[in-house]
Amino acid sequence: MQPVPSTKTRDAPPAGPAEGVRAEGLTKSFKAPHTVVRAVRGIDLTIPVGQTLALLGPNGAGKSTTIDMMLGLTSPDSGTVSVLGGTPAAAVDAGLVAAMLQAGALIRDVRVRELVGMVAALYPRPMAVGEVLELVGIGEIAERKTQKLSGGQTQRVRLAVALVADPELLILDEPTVAMDVEGRRGFWAAMRTFTARGRTVIFATHYLEEADDNADRIVLMAHGRLVADGAPTEIKARVGRRTIRATLPDVPPERLLELAGVAGAERRGVTVSLSCTDSDAAIRALLGSYPPARDIEITGADLEQAFLELTGDDDIADSGAIG
Amino acid sequence: MTALAYTRFEFFRMFRNARFLLFSIGFPLIIFYATALPNRNVRSFNGSGISFPLYYMVGLASFGTMAAMIATGARIASERTTGWTRQLRITPLTTRAYFRAKVLTAYATSLLTIVLLYLAGVSLGVSMSGSDWLGMTGLILIALLPFAAMGILLGHLLTTDSMGPAIGGGTSLFAFLGGTWFPLASHGFVHDLGQLLPSYWLVQAAHLPAGGHPWHAMAWIVIGVWTAVLTVLAGYAYRRDTKRV
Repeated sequence: MQPVPSTKTRDAPPAGPAEGVRAEGLTKSFKAPHTVVRAVRGIDLTIPVGQTLALLGPNGAGKSTTIDMMLGLTSPDSGTVSVLGGTPAAAVDAGLVAAMLQAGALIRDVRVRELVGMVAALYPRPMAVGEVLELVGIGEIAERKTQKLSGGQTQRVRLAVALVADPELLILDEPTVAMDVEGRRGFWAAMRTFTARGRTVIFATHYLEEADDNADRIVLMAHGRLVADGAPTEIKARVGRRTIRATLPDVPPERLLELAGVAGAERRGVTVSLSCTDSDAAIRALLGSYPPARDIEITGADLEQAFLELTGDDDIADSGAIG
Repeated sequence: MTALAYTRFEFFRMFRNARFLLFSIGFPLIIFYATALPNRNVRSFNGSGISFPLYYMVGLASFGTMAAMIATGARIASERTTGWTRQLRITPLTTRAYFRAKVLTAYATSLLTIVLLYLAGVSLGVSMSGSDWLGMTGLILIALLPFAAMGILLGHLLTTDSMGPAIGGGTSLFAFLGGTWFPLASHGFVHDLGQLLPSYWLVQAAHLPAGGHPWHAMAWIVIGVWTAVLTVLAGYAYRRDTKRV
């Protein structure tokens, strides 16, 4: 977990248009060779203005398809989606929405400042270009051509392209994928400055930590459905368990269950496996009580596994994989 | 204001791409000198009543500008591949402003090609009255409308991989059947077919300074129908092309 100070705002949203996004019964399928991929299979979701919501799910959960429908890039097979009280297209035309889409390159033969400046000119009430470049931390590469940027710089420029609109609703589809830890930290620091203004933000991610650190609310998606919805602490308690494995013969699992932070314990041969609500406390307790424990491994939350438990295995056979 | 911002941006991008300019403008110039220089004293090329340098000046202007118009498609195809087109769609930029920017930048390259070829033509003895220069240029620019729509249509239909052959093959076919390289027979199947193509009328613009009336009703109908059909198809292709590529 990154030691980033949390500035989450959980205050009630201001009065006014109360709904950022409302989706009702959304479904979407795609034709693929020999099959139909049911990417989104019935989503109901209301996101109040001012909320920062994480759409958390593994690849193929239907996150990007859901986002495409919110932006009007795809129309649902059934169901409706409204954005800031109108259709997605109306919100886009009015310049109320901006997004950083998943696919990742920039067009060539332009300087960063020109690109951001052109996009700013398309919106009715843009932020000042210089201000955005500073906010995102790319002031020093403003005169560089877009084809000469590193991967992390490209992502920052793409964020600037979205932020310069100064939108009421900002949508980010896996914004930090392919960024290193440092890049991710900088990215979310810039984002926090933006969310502090009370704007609505939706971001898709498959990192639990990222959702936990940056969202007011997490919605779990798997196989085209919402499988859980709640505050980060709740969601983390449900899917965020780490596992400690160690070689430790001759200790019955029941004894290990008594250790702090351990919620489940099982044994396979000489190896024990502990499912932990607090892996830091558990590892201290384990080594304190059973110093001979060796070959210790701690693995992070396995989201895919957690989703399978939440959704039930019967659901998976006919589901497809579209991100 | 939005429309202008995007158009200006596209102009910058186009004229900063040196390789693109070199190939789309340099290539017709080289062919012109290579063919017209040895034949600069031919007064009537293949019985057309038009001098060789004039015929090839207009022929290469038509070839170069057709290529420049269709090459817009290659730029669009690569913008789609990078995801940029989807990004533009979620801005308030209108479809009309998008099309306008693409068409105007293509026309800007074409005009540059035309002016350079005129200068080359004059250097080999082509001369005509000011009104003929203007009238001929006007006809060329009008005859390019269907190709502007074709570029946008292809750009939203094809991928970067298939754009190369489409531009090369398409331009060559239209140029050949339109009589760019040599006058078509005055009757027969190829002549009848050629008359149905916008490239034929593009080349026919060269008859203006020879005192003819290069475009009769047929020309306007052919250009009008091609433009209308391709524009409708291009608009349709743009609207349905919202998927991730």
